[in-house]
Amino acid sequence: MKKVFEIFINGLIKENPVLIMMIGLCPFLACSTTATDAFGMGIAATFVLTCSNVIISLVRKIVVKEIRIPVFIVIIATFTTIVDYIIKAYFPALSESLGVFIPLIVVNCIILARAEAFASKNNVFLSFIDGISMGAGFFVTIVLLGMIREFLGSATLFGSKELFSNPLVIMILPPGGFLAAGVIITIVKYIENKLTKKKIKSNLPEQCEGCALKSRCMGFLSK
Amino acid sequence: MKNSTLVAIFISSIFVNNIILMRFLGLCSFFGVSNKLSSALGMSAAVFFVMNLAAIVSWVLYNFVLVPLNLVFLRIIVFILVIASLVQLVELFMKKNIPSLFKALGIYLPLITTNCAILAVAFLIVDYKFNFLQAIVFSSGTAIGYTIAIILFSSIRERLELAPLPNAVKGYGIVFITAALMSLSFMGLIGLFGF
Repeated sequence: MKKVFEIFINGLIKENPVLIMMIGLCPFLACSTTATDAFGMGIAATFVLTCSNVIISLVRKIVVKEIRIPVFIVIIATFTTIVDYIIKAYFPALSESLGVFIPLIVVNCIILARAEAFASKNNVFLSFIDGISMGAGFFVTIVLLGMIREFLGSATLFGSKELFSNPLVIMILPPGGFLAAGVIITIVKYIENKLTKKKIKSNLPEQCEGCALKSRCMGFLSK
Repeated sequence: MKNSTLVAIFISSIFVNNIILMRFLGLCSFFGVSNKLSSALGMSAAVFFVMNLAAIVSWVLYNFVLVPLNLVFLRIIVFILVIASLVQLVELFMKKNIPSLFKALGIYLPLITTNCAILAVAFLIVDYKFNFLQAIVFSSGTAIGYTIAIILFSSIRERLELAPLPNAVKGYGIVFITAALMSLSFMGLIGLFGF
């Protein structure tokens, strides 16, 4: 049970696929113009990731090492095709706005990376949990970006009524995607630096506190 | 889009619908290899080469195999497998026959299989129902657009390395904000050919 929790935290925060590992950036930026699109993309990618993780973990002992990548790609492509046709049949509006990005789930680096790094080495249950938690990490960040961009760019949330007038239209256009993602990544890095700095500080002698050179000499001069 | 002239398709795929800055495709390689100008040049040459080949092969396969046999639903699997094996084939051919080119592009070729820009061009050609000539013009224009964006971006990034920045913005933060400014300037070209 402890391991399950560990994997979950790992996918959601510690190794968040988008904000920490910097993979899967294309759908992250392209499908976040509205929160609804982001929601759909997050669910679709999580579904493909979890299903392909389970199947890859099931066949991991049969597949010969040399041809594992083509096998993984075919499995992922099969689930992508299923998702593509489900969305086309039941959510035609979503299919219209996500467009080419649904078939492109197949080359989403997150899925192949998890297949290679986790599912091909672990049992079915753990791979299932890993797929769900990595998917959740992607889902949370893409929906967050989608909500920020939709709120600032068209003053709505999940297609609601207009909340204020004169929104910043630039936020739903391509430059706004880069800008919002850059700001989110900067904030995450700031928090990360704050958390890790405490550990470095504790290694320094006490008299270094407030010294301008402490980051350079790391307490060397006081010895 | 189907009836537009070749010149319009060419210009629009380079600037107005720039694959990186306006369509958000191929971002992994865009951020990954743009830290040095030389690697950006190598990557864009490899992309130009493979993108055109993949567009031709997937157009032929789609129109002469998948559509007549009523197998359009297999297109995702077929395209990704064709591109992956094409890259392998090109790599083997280059290694044996053009070793000097292989030395320059070799390390970028395996990365291209998961470059979504290549696969996206194959899908977009099918979606827009282009004829063969339009497909070639579209894929080469897109590849030139990729080259322009990544070369400009890597030149900016080489200077950014030396800029005094706060710790939190260093690395990917400033890279994304720079990309936002570049994308803003490319947006000024919207409406050039009615796209």
